[in-house]
Amino acid sequence: MSPLWSTFGLSLRVAGCATLLALLLGVGFGYLLARGRFPGRDLLDTLLTLPMVMPPTVLGYYLLVLLGQQGWLGGWLDQQFGIRLIFTWQGAALAAAVVAFPLVFKPARAAFEAVDAQLEQAGRMLGLGELAIFLRVTLPLAWRGILAGMLLAFARALGEFGATLMVAGSIPGRTQTLSVAIYEAVQAGQDGLANALVLATSLLCVAVLLLAGRLAPGYLR
Amino acid sequence: MNFEVAFHKTLPGAGRRFALQVGIRSDAARLVILGPSGAGKSLTLKAMAGLLRPDAGLVRLGGQTLFDSAANLDLAPRKRRLGYVFQDYALFPHLNVRQNIGFGLRRGWLNPHPRNEMDEVEYWLDCFRLRAVAGELPAHLSGGQRQRVALARALIARPRALLLDEPFAALDADLREHMRSELDALQRRLAIPLLLISHDARDAEVLGEQVLCMRDGVLAA
Repeated sequence: MSPLWSTFGLSLRVAGCATLLALLLGVGFGYLLARGRFPGRDLLDTLLTLPMVMPPTVLGYYLLVLLGQQGWLGGWLDQQFGIRLIFTWQGAALAAAVVAFPLVFKPARAAFEAVDAQLEQAGRMLGLGELAIFLRVTLPLAWRGILAGMLLAFARALGEFGATLMVAGSIPGRTQTLSVAIYEAVQAGQDGLANALVLATSLLCVAVLLLAGRLAPGYLR
Repeated sequence: MNFEVAFHKTLPGAGRRFALQVGIRSDAARLVILGPSGAGKSLTLKAMAGLLRPDAGLVRLGGQTLFDSAANLDLAPRKRRLGYVFQDYALFPHLNVRQNIGFGLRRGWLNPHPRNEMDEVEYWLDCFRLRAVAGELPAHLSGGQRQRVALARALIARPRALLLDEPFAALDADLREHMRSELDALQRRLAIPLLLISHDARDAEVLGEQVLCMRDGVLAA
């Protein structure tokens, strides 16, 4: 396979896994903060929004400290399961997930808050448990906002550079994603490769935004 | 005893606290609670339904104890088997009439099919003359149809009592009178204990076997 296609495939895999992770966590925390009443709620919201404003290199540094073999989580994973995330595509996916997370979390929270809590009470009065109410009432009414956020998160994860480079490095065919490959190509003076990669990335991002506009009209304005 | 309710609840409010003090003992099959808005009628109804937890007291409806702080008993709303009609009906906006009516019959994580033909749903569609709009979403219904859907949805599970929160407030005057007599006939036919709260004395004239007045959070009978 040509390096262009393998880079492309790797980027899609990294961005896809990152989006899935950001989706699960974003929906979970979005619901918790929309419906939960507990001390420290505003602080938690602030912490969860931080990746949106912090430089990706700072996030990457935190992840390195946390996940490296000296880090408490990384050391534990290594000892218990033999899992090492640094310099792997899974590590790149994790880094992209952290950066993309607020893009799912924020719209998910807003979408859940827009669901009339009285509808959930009606579900309770009709004999349903909390999980059934979430799946049958809350989620169907909030899913467009969540979907819009998910597509933005995918585009963001696809273009992630700083945190990915810090955590996963730039190993061609293993951790070198599109945006990292573009940087390397320009540095190495491979203008043809850089042009192809830039064009592919741009087209992909346009496609994602068009899709978002089609599937969740009105949510991206 | 159809209605045996005695509880108190203090709610923190903006500026001032609101104290709810309720005592009802009645064997009437049709009870109407009258009072100006802000008197605490809706909160009282919510406390009976289990959507608001009293500080202390007792709630017995239709001979069944649903809440008893002395015995540490607090049945979850979904286990109370009460029919509840919300003020603006709280119909599920993403489900058609058929799905709304059959919502409580279908357990589990999935909503009823848009073209389900459950026997009970068919019965209530005919009973409330809703067959022509069975496939419509609530947004496309008239006020009277919405109320019938809300009633059918609440009654289909054969609740031990029917609680109605200002059920006619959203209707225009002619329709209001018509729906009053419809509810009147329905209650006579089903012989189910009915508790209605309203600020309209006309509701009490038509539907009140016994009428109680609530003011500033205090209701005593």
